[in-house]
Amino acid sequence: MSELPAGLTRERGLHLLGEMLRIRQFEDRCAELYGAGHIRGFLHLCDGEEAIAVGVMQVLGSGDAVVSTYREHGHALARGIAMGPLMAELYGKRSGCSGGRGGSMHVFDAATRFYGGNAIVGGGLPLAVGLALAEKLQGTRNLAACFFGEGAVAEGEFHESMNLAALWKLPVLFLCENNLYAMGTALARSESQTDIQAKAAAYGVRAAAVDGMDVFAVEAAMRSAADHARAGRGPVLLEFRTYRLRAHSMFDAQLYRDKAEVEEWRARGPLITLTTRLKAASLMIEDDFQRLQHAADDEVRAAVEFAGAAEWEPVEDLARHVYAEVTS
Amino acid sequence: MSDTVRMTYREAVKQSIREALDDDPRVFLMGEDVGKYGGCFAVSKGLLEEYGEERIRDTPLSESAFVGAGIGAALGGMRPIVEIMTVNFSLLALDQIVNNAATLCHMSGGQFPVPVVIRMATGAGRQLAAQHSHSFEAWYAHVPGLRVVEPATIDDARGMLRAALACPDPVIVFEPISLYNMEGELTAAASEVQLDGARIHRAGRDVTLVTYGASLWRCVAAAEELAAGGIEAEIVDLRSLRPLDDATILASLRRTRRVVIVDEGWRTGSLAGEIAMRIVEQGFYDLDAPIARVCTEEVPIPYPKHLEEAALPDPRRIVAAVRGLFSDAQ
Repeated sequence: MSELPAGLTRERGLHLLGEMLRIRQFEDRCAELYGAGHIRGFLHLCDGEEAIAVGVMQVLGSGDAVVSTYREHGHALARGIAMGPLMAELYGKRSGCSGGRGGSMHVFDAATRFYGGNAIVGGGLPLAVGLALAEKLQGTRNLAACFFGEGAVAEGEFHESMNLAALWKLPVLFLCENNLYAMGTALARSESQTDIQAKAAAYGVRAAAVDGMDVFAVEAAMRSAADHARAGRGPVLLEFRTYRLRAHSMFDAQLYRDKAEVEEWRARGPLITLTTRLKAASLMIEDDFQRLQHAADDEVRAAVEFAGAAEWEPVEDLARHVYAEVTS
Repeated sequence: MSDTVRMTYREAVKQSIREALDDDPRVFLMGEDVGKYGGCFAVSKGLLEEYGEERIRDTPLSESAFVGAGIGAALGGMRPIVEIMTVNFSLLALDQIVNNAATLCHMSGGQFPVPVVIRMATGAGRQLAAQHSHSFEAWYAHVPGLRVVEPATIDDARGMLRAALACPDPVIVFEPISLYNMEGELTAAASEVQLDGARIHRAGRDVTLVTYGASLWRCVAAAEELAAGGIEAEIVDLRSLRPLDDATILASLRRTRRVVIVDEGWRTGSLAGEIAMRIVEQGFYDLDAPIARVCTEEVPIPYPKHLEEAALPDPRRIVAAVRGLFSDAQ
């Protein structure tokens, strides 16, 4: 286990742990609500990948754009989308952050520049390139952060987007969450080159592999990548090595991997390891964990109440939002 | 006639792009060979020198990435004009157009409209064979969330881009390959051009020809031949393929009571089929004869000129279809 960053305060450590706990508690409740029929469709949980969401968002500013995947609850919460509207979105209610039209896979929020959960693997990468192009053309120092899984690197859009972003020196951070399985297909069963960050060299893109289970490692790599992109030196690919501890979706019987493998990774889970490290450094005690857990529980409970009480969109509104509603 | 200017369709499109670049700093053009080469069909020739690399952007041959980047740039506050060389190549960007451009406004509950304009060449007539000559307008017109237009006249070629850029939704603009060299008069009406709505291109009392794109001019030739034989055809230029202007089609039908739809798409699953069904739904009792269609023969477009011509709607087939309606009624 690597050392904690020098000068880490108790407050900072507990903040990061608390952020990850919010995601974990929220999603654990989502799994129950799915079983109870309140959440339908596909539900993809990010158990095991919380450190990436939280570490990344420590570095992004409010002007930066975020493009995400269908496994985006963690990204959304860490980005600052309120838990109530997020849960209401999963319920499909009108007060959901996407107005209920998207559901779990399509979380959007203009206020935080969150451009979606994209449920087409690789489909968000060109959008991030364009968002970064818009920032460059408008002369800002904002960047576009684009999450995708390792499965997306098999798509042409990954390669096209890497090339275009590098060619035009655009401020895009390509953030690959390598959880080793594209749904049920292990990386080695689908990629000739399994060292994903190595692919960046073909495009002259700076890249690094990062321990995605270590929130401090994620944050440090992000800070360096963001500085590079903001300085106008082009895109960066970060490969966060992580693991999805739960099933791909709620329909997945996980026939493609051993339970022992899952347990091995569970021991390296980002919450457990951060808790252990903070305790070992005397930066937290067990009471702190309980307190954070209770706070997250309260927030989740309020979010569930908000979603449950929220209204359905009337059927008369069915045809809305297919085209922009211009008010001017 | 002093208030008209003679120019080609190509020049009209080019002027519309230049005007957009002059009027709005958010506008830029990107696509394959739009800069140094001057555009595959020479539409953007000279614009790179005039506007520079930032606003006239040559892209790699990455249709999905640069169309998606256009969508992303639109989300980020720009007004991109994305050029795809031909509709056949646009299939490489279908994911971005159908899964992103058409859905983001809806999936975000209206938070993220996508004001991107995607221009592409369409259609046959230049002996470019089966991977450069097709007409897939109906595929795009099938998709809620997109707007689909096809300027067929000089005025529309000059004016529709302005209307498309003013629209907050994604607009697909089809430019018929066979019309780029067409010359005509640009009139003052070009500055008033709207994005939606069909237009009566030629008034007539006996039969309605519903058409769009390059087939407009096949209908004009057919109408002249029919007029010589005493049949006055009214021509409806659809202009917008999504949304379709049902009211103009049905109003014309009520005047003429007969309709022939001329569509460069293949008959099966065509816009012609959709239009015919709308007429049946809304104007069945106004019909004095069955609805007829003239579409492209169901073959990939062949290379030899005589076979390409045989595959496409032409004035001879349009005239025959119209005369068939009158002989049936006798």
